[in-house]
Amino acid sequence: MNRFRLSERGAERLSISVLLAPAVAVIVLLFLGGLASGFLRSLNYFPLIGLNDFNFDAYFSIFTDNGFLQSLVLTFHIAFTSTLIASILAVASALLLRPAFRGKRIVHFFFSLNLTIPHLVGAIGVLYLFQNSGLVSRIMTGLDLIQRPADFPAMVFDPWAIGIIIQYVWKEIPFIGVIVLAILLSVGEDYESVARSLGANRWQAFRQVTLPLIMPGVVSASVIVFAFTFGAFEIPYLLGRTFPAALPVLAYQSYTDVDLAARPQAMAMAMVIAFISTLLIMAYMKLSRVYIRE
Amino acid sequence: MTTATAPFPRIRSRTVGRTTLRWVGIMGLLSFLVAPMVPLFIWSISFRWFYPDILPSEYSARAWEQVISPTNNVIGATGQTTLIALLCTVLSVLLGVPAGRALGLHNFKGKRIVEVLILAPIIVPGLAVVLGIDTMFIRYGLSGNILGVTLVHLVPTLPYMTLVMSGVYANYDVDYELQARSLGARRWATQRYVTLPAVFPGVVVGALFTFLISWSQYVLTLLIGDGQVETLPILLFNFARSEPAIAGALSVVFILPGILVLLLSSKYLSGDSAAVGGIGNI
Repeated sequence: MNRFRLSERGAERLSISVLLAPAVAVIVLLFLGGLASGFLRSLNYFPLIGLNDFNFDAYFSIFTDNGFLQSLVLTFHIAFTSTLIASILAVASALLLRPAFRGKRIVHFFFSLNLTIPHLVGAIGVLYLFQNSGLVSRIMTGLDLIQRPADFPAMVFDPWAIGIIIQYVWKEIPFIGVIVLAILLSVGEDYESVARSLGANRWQAFRQVTLPLIMPGVVSASVIVFAFTFGAFEIPYLLGRTFPAALPVLAYQSYTDVDLAARPQAMAMAMVIAFISTLLIMAYMKLSRVYIRE
Repeated sequence: MTTATAPFPRIRSRTVGRTTLRWVGIMGLLSFLVAPMVPLFIWSISFRWFYPDILPSEYSARAWEQVISPTNNVIGATGQTTLIALLCTVLSVLLGVPAGRALGLHNFKGKRIVEVLILAPIIVPGLAVVLGIDTMFIRYGLSGNILGVTLVHLVPTLPYMTLVMSGVYANYDVDYELQARSLGARRWATQRYVTLPAVFPGVVVGALFTFLISWSQYVLTLLIGDGQVETLPILLFNFARSEPAIAGALSVVFILPGILVLLLSSKYLSGDSAAVGGIGNI
C-alpha cells in the first residue's frame, strides 16, 4: 500500500514535469535567453564585433547622458499620466455601465470593442484626429474657433506627449473597465444598499464600500497598463517627438544606429526597461497575493 | 392627501433625470471610444479630402482598389500575417494547454517560480527582450524569415495561452476524470470524452486571443523580420504618414478579425476571466 502511494506520487511529479517542460523550455530559451544575451551585450561583451571585455561603460554613458535622462523622465510621465487618467475614467465608466438599462448588452459590446483593436490602429486614428490639419482641427475651423492649421494646439509630436496619452487612455479604459465591471457585477449592490440604509451618502458608500472592493482589480490592471505604456514602442514612434523620444524609441534608434558602438547602449536601455518592469512584476505578485488571499 | 402624493412625482422626475444623465455619460464615453476609427474609415473612401473640409469633397474606391491590387502586396501581407498567427496559435495551444493543466490542477515545489516565469513575458515589454533575441537569431539564421518571426511571437503568446489555461483548469473538477477511469475508461478516452469537452470553450477563447496577439505584433516583426517579412502592421505603419487613404483601408482590414473574435467570444469574456488579463498586449 505504502509503496503504491509512493509510486503514485512519483508518477504525479513526473507527469507535472512532462506537462510543464516544453512550455517552460521555450520561455526560458526565448525570454530569459533574450534578456541574458541583451545583458551580456550591455556589458560590452560582443565578440562578433570585437568587443571582448566586460565593463559598465554603456550604463555609465547613458546615465550621464542628458538625452537619456530626459527620455526616462518623459517615459515615466507618459506611463504615469496615462495609467492614472485611464484608471479613474475606467472606474467611472464601470459605475456608469453597471446598473440594468435598456440596450445594456449592445453598450457593453461597444465598450469592450477596443480590447481587440490593435494599439497601432488607435495611434493612427489619433494621428488623423489630432494632427494640425486633422479632423478635430477642421471641425474647429468650421466652427470659426481657429483660422489655420497652425492655430491648432500641438497634440501630436508635442513635448507633453498629449497624443500618446490620449491613445493609451482610449485603449486602456475598456481594459481596466471590463475588469472593474466584472467585479462590480459579481459583488452586486447589496453592500452599498446596506451602507446607504445605515445613513451613508452616495460618496461615502462609494469611498468606503465600493472602492475597497474594486481596488484589487484596479491595481493589478493598472500595473499591467503601466508596464505596457512604459515599454511600448510603436505608439510613441508614430505620435511622439524624436527628441526627447520615449525610452523604447531611443533604444530602437541606438540599436539601428549605423555606429555599432551605440549597440551596447541600446542593450543597456533595454535592460533599464526590463529592470523597471521586473519591479512592476514583483509589485503585481505581491499585490495579487495580498488581495487574492483574503 | 396632497402631502401624501407629492413625493412620488418628485422621486420619479429625479430618476428620469438620472437616467438621462447616465445616457449622456454613456454616449460621451462611446463617442470617445469610437472617435479614432472615424477618420480612418472616412479616409478609406475619400478621394480628395483637403483642409479645411470636414468631409471629403470627392469619394472613391481608390484606396480599396490599391488594397486589392498586387502592387502593394496587401494580400500577400495578409496571408503572411495569418500564417504566422496560425502557426503561433498552434504552437501556443500545444505547449500552453499541458502547462496550464499542471499549473491549474497541481501544487508542486517551485510552482511560484514557474508562475513568475509565465507572468514575466506578459509584463516585460517586448522591445526589452527582442533586442537580445535578435542577436541570437541572427547567429542561427532565424532572422528575416517566417520561422524566426513565429518563434519570437511565442514570447507574448505562449505565456498568455498558459495563463488562460491555468485559469480554466483551476475551475475544472478533476474528479470527473477519476470517475471515468474507475468506470473503466482508458486514459485516452478519458481525455477525449471527459476532459476535452470541459475545457474546450476555454481553449477556443484562449486560441482566438492568441491569434490576435500575434496578428497585431509590430516591433517584434520589425526587428526579427528584418525587412524581409512583411505583415499587415508593418505595411500599415509604412502607409500611416504618407498615404492616409490606404492606411485607413488597411486599418479596417486589420481590425476585422478582432471584432469577429469579440462577437464570437463575448459570451465567455468577462473581466474576471484570465482571457482578459493578458490582452493588454494587443
